[in-house]
Amino acid sequence: MAEKKTKVSVLLNGLLNENPTFRLLLGMCPSLAVTTMAKNGLGMGAAATFVLVGSNLVISLIRKIVPDKVRIPAYITVIAGFTTIVQMLMAAFLPEINKQLGIFIPLIVVNCIIFARAEMFAQKNGPLLSVLDGIGMGAGFTIAITIIGSVREILGAGTWMGIPVTVNLFEPAVMFILPPGGFLVMGLLVALFNHLTKKKKEGNGLECESGCGVGCPGCSKAANGGEA
Amino acid sequence: MKELFAILIGAMLVENFVLSKFLGICPFLGVSKKTSTALGMSGAVVFVLVISQAVTWLTNEYLLKPNNLEYLQTIAFILVIAALVQFVETVLKKLMPSLYKALGVYLPLITTNCAVLGSALIFVERDYGFVESVVFGFAAGLGFTLALILFSGVRERLETADIPEAFKGMPITLIAASLVSITFMGFASLIIS
Repeated sequence: MAEKKTKVSVLLNGLLNENPTFRLLLGMCPSLAVTTMAKNGLGMGAAATFVLVGSNLVISLIRKIVPDKVRIPAYITVIAGFTTIVQMLMAAFLPEINKQLGIFIPLIVVNCIIFARAEMFAQKNGPLLSVLDGIGMGAGFTIAITIIGSVREILGAGTWMGIPVTVNLFEPAVMFILPPGGFLVMGLLVALFNHLTKKKKEGNGLECESGCGVGCPGCSKAANGGEA
Repeated sequence: MKELFAILIGAMLVENFVLSKFLGICPFLGVSKKTSTALGMSGAVVFVLVISQAVTWLTNEYLLKPNNLEYLQTIAFILVIAALVQFVETVLKKLMPSLYKALGVYLPLITTNCAVLGSALIFVERDYGFVESVVFGFAAGLGFTLALILFSGVRERLETADIPEAFKGMPITLIAASLVSITFMGFASLIIS
């Protein structure tokens, strides 16, 4: 973390090397729950990216003012604030997607990706780099869940973004848009990603008991003796 | 009474939090390696869920609603939950050291468990009363427990299985979760009215 990072590498980091969904395995709940359709994945990704960029920016600005002891509640409040903004924007401008995503929009607050980036990146870097990191991570998340959404939608409903694509090639298997399909597609895609990148990282985001990677508030709290 | 029973069975089996609503996936995948840790974690989740449902319901009804502050629900709930978890931890440490020993390490992890915030948001969405909310929280916790313990049994067996390189670790776990989730689909037609 100490060496100087170029802006481009920070931006690209989230897309491949540290893809939040496929590599770090963060934010699993929304990745599985809302990906019954490619469109939902895109909407969820956009919402999360907005919160991620906003909270990264604010946290990198206030990182020197906030005492270390209360940083977790402070960060949670910042993140919750941005989530509320996104919730209102979605309700006003994209009511249809908002309805589909349901409680997973407010649940962005507890999405580990956002907290992990606040802890692991925004806390240690300046505003510009943090915003770039937010954009990169957000894009990585959006692309990943849109891919999951596309696979599930094509196999499960025979459509993509609502357009029929398989016509009569095969009978859509409803199982893929039901919960088991979510786990299955996610598992297969992570395996494919592992296979293609071939960089086997031990621990794979499971260094912490919560399974949310290292940056989860729960873990840092536990590590610091739960002072928050 | 009948309604409460319907909520209980519904939240536990039909719409199991982990396997069909995808709430609380992080701890589900994270602490299900051994049955003993799974038990500890789910105990802590049931405990916190019941209390947090009661507290968030009261916050919503007597603080947010009268002041037309419903749009602050997300912020209010997460702060209440974070404070509550901390409070429960401190109280347990002082009053029930043995219970604290069993649940202690899992408590801080619960703040970010989407099941807790999720069930608070669900009672708002469904307009549950106080008792219903608490029962719902309890049932959701039981459902989480059931899924976690069943799954930890599966995972203990996976440890020794011969798995292709790319599937090692998380991918095979997810596929196993998919199979466990299929079994819970069997409850989908169970509607109590």
